[in-house]
Amino acid sequence: MRRFLTQRLVALLPTLLGISVIVFVVIHLIPGDTISAMIGTQYKLTEAQAVALRAYYGLDKPLVEQYFRWIAAAVQGNLGLSVRSGQPVLAEIARSFPLTLELTLLSVLIALLVGVPIGILSAVKRDTLVDLLARLFALTGMALPNFWLGTLIILVLSVVFGILPNSGDFVSFTGDPLRNLSQMIFPAITLGFAFAASVMRTTRSAMLEVLRQDYVRTARGKGLAENTVIIRHALSNALIPVITLVGVEFGYLLGGAVIVENVFSLPGIGRLILNGIYQRDYAVVQGSILFVALNFVVINLLVDVVYALVDPRIRYE
Amino acid sequence: MQTKSSVVLAVLLVLAFVITSCVAPVAPQVVEKTVVVEKEKTVVIEKEKTVVVEKEKTVQVVVTATPEPTSAPKAGGTLIVARAADAKGLDPHKQTAFSSFRLLELIYEPLLALDQDLKVVPNLAESWAWSDEGKTLTVKLRPNVKFHNGDVLTAEDVKFTFERILDENTAAAARSSFTGIDAIEAPDATTVVFKLKGANVALLAAMTNPNSGIVSKKVVSAEDPAKVTIGTGPFKLVKWDVDRTTTLAANKDYWLPGVPAVDGLEIRIIPDEASILAGLRAGTIDWALINDPKVAIRASGAQKLTIFRTGALAYHVLQLNSTREPFTNQAVRQAIACAVDRQEVLDTASLGEGQVTAPATAPFYRADLNDLFCYQKDVEKAKKLLADAGVTLPLKFKVMAAADEPPTAVAEAQNIQAQLKEIGIEFEIETLELGVYVDRWLKSDFDAVVALNGGNPDPDIMFFRYWHSTGNLNKVAAWNDPEIDKLLEEGKITLDPEQRKAIYNTVQQKLAEAAPWVWLYVGYEYRIMQPYVKGFTPMPNGSLVYLRDVWLDK
Repeated sequence: MRRFLTQRLVALLPTLLGISVIVFVVIHLIPGDTISAMIGTQYKLTEAQAVALRAYYGLDKPLVEQYFRWIAAAVQGNLGLSVRSGQPVLAEIARSFPLTLELTLLSVLIALLVGVPIGILSAVKRDTLVDLLARLFALTGMALPNFWLGTLIILVLSVVFGILPNSGDFVSFTGDPLRNLSQMIFPAITLGFAFAASVMRTTRSAMLEVLRQDYVRTARGKGLAENTVIIRHALSNALIPVITLVGVEFGYLLGGAVIVENVFSLPGIGRLILNGIYQRDYAVVQGSILFVALNFVVINLLVDVVYALVDPRIRYE
Repeated sequence: MQTKSSVVLAVLLVLAFVITSCVAPVAPQVVEKTVVVEKEKTVVIEKEKTVVVEKEKTVQVVVTATPEPTSAPKAGGTLIVARAADAKGLDPHKQTAFSSFRLLELIYEPLLALDQDLKVVPNLAESWAWSDEGKTLTVKLRPNVKFHNGDVLTAEDVKFTFERILDENTAAAARSSFTGIDAIEAPDATTVVFKLKGANVALLAAMTNPNSGIVSKKVVSAEDPAKVTIGTGPFKLVKWDVDRTTTLAANKDYWLPGVPAVDGLEIRIIPDEASILAGLRAGTIDWALINDPKVAIRASGAQKLTIFRTGALAYHVLQLNSTREPFTNQAVRQAIACAVDRQEVLDTASLGEGQVTAPATAPFYRADLNDLFCYQKDVEKAKKLLADAGVTLPLKFKVMAAADEPPTAVAEAQNIQAQLKEIGIEFEIETLELGVYVDRWLKSDFDAVVALNGGNPDPDIMFFRYWHSTGNLNKVAAWNDPEIDKLLEEGKITLDPEQRKAIYNTVQQKLAEAAPWVWLYVGYEYRIMQPYVKGFTPMPNGSLVYLRDVWLDK
């Protein structure tokens, strides 16, 4: 196990390095730069002014040198300063990420709470009306893009019920848990809906598979109550693919949070990245995406470790 | 291996999501009738002062069920303000975005200010005088102005500020407005003398710009104003939580007694203006800045909200690049100018919320539209122009538009597209992200573009940079006409307002006829507030400085 962990951790480095190159290149490939995004169409700088401003933001160096300066500092935990706020990028991420993480965790929770029971029900009542409805739910969930669902939810809430998920007075969970949850619940449903659908499908097919196994038949044969059979014997084994799914999807949910945050005007890391792109605030965009990617690979690693804990058959050498 | 590729995929997905999520959700269109009550409101900041530039009333006030304040102003309370976009930075000399101005003008103050009629009035300077045939400007400062750190404002700070702006290393946005300054002297603590290279009437208007905000010599010599924010304005910056909340506290030492009336401002950033309106309706927001006419129109139908509607100085325009085919041919440009019904563009893209405008947008200098070439749609004339010039259709060109700035740009381009079909001209619309758009706009890398360009109360500042062959944005306008050059040079040094007006009238007629651009319309800006918010004065240049007078009647 230890050897496996060491190997995987070492393998993270080239992955992250690759990501850093891609992110750096892509953001610099977009036409326009910090200076033109800042000045807009209102003024025209003189050549000397432009040179001075470029030097002030460190944009006067060749791209390759800029990259190495950035990555060398990043390795030491310094992701640079935001052009806009003058604050360290790490501080900006620390300010924004808790919301994104909360949104993602809440949506996973919602997806599990909705997807697993429906999946079980759908498997147990296979080919009945219940199963049909559940599968319809799954199809709908997978087909709906979350930006559209989010807009629809806002529309229905504000037009029909006259309430609004967010009026700019966002409070953190530690500040006021109830207010915070009331602000987060709709974005979390939006983000979790499609995921609930895939959880449901995975649970259903895993359950169907498990219910055919001999040990389930044995359990039934022993005269155990059907609920005990399903929950204790079948479900605990059917959940392994669901855990895999959660691990794999978690990173994508972080990415999806970018969109949902913007639809619901939530000041998370998605808004940070988007505004960073608009303003060509390179350090913010590079730092934030690198951070999201780091989360992604670390979660993948954790999932692999969790396998070993959940499934006694899996052992890493 | 699979992990790696999935990670790369994830990053690309994030990027793709980010890019696709730029598409804003469509707001429901509930069109209601607005009752427009036009009022004239004159706010005199300083009674004894003479003014150089005279202008007409411009502010239109739409009031929905708000009685005039009868009780005396009450002090105290925090005003909850909402707006869609946050400032892009804090250095007053480097920022050019309107969203930055709206914050910085509360914290920093320029020497002079504009009143509601766009007249230049005293601000930090209590008086000014021209001498030496307009080549020397002597400014007398108010003696009782203090910076937020308690230091008294002196002539040295003013000298330092303008020298900072003029220093190319600062990369100050307003530098080009002040390059006519030869030397700045500070003979005593409250007197500043500007020695000019030549007469320049527009200097006063330039000194009202938020980009000319006076900074403290002591503070800015030691700290970067992008991080340390010390001004003389009515409000002090307490906390800038970027894209969330900006907290401002009243400056208790402000030079106007009893101002500001409120204890502070809490500015919330809510990117979706429909959400801001919902917040106003729910009563969680006191005061809001709205740009989208669709939202503003819905607000006027709502319960007792007070709405101020102000004509903007920024203008929507179809820029034709006259260095590129087919616009090198004047007949093509003129035909397009004749074939476009400007009111229809305004009605379609902005629901009629605005006014068709001449090249100058400040009402005093705006030419009479009837005197301008083809301001009435004339399809026959357009066709004749094309036929006489032997233009062979179809023409091939693209019209560039930014996706979100202004939000109406694409709709304007589409309407123009439909109108030009009537004379057989067809084109392709290129929708670009703002950063890409700005980049290409500055390089003049376009055939034609639907733009929203900033206006100015002074026509010299507005025209010289584009239309004079040495103007710093002349490359974008791609124009060189010695006659226009001569007129613009004359306008710069003419002191008499009526004479200046005549000069710029001629400039506008010539520009409209040569049709390098097709000027379309100016929109409105909206300030929406609860009925208990009293004392606010809207400004045609969008300034929020009069939030200092606001008080809460509750």
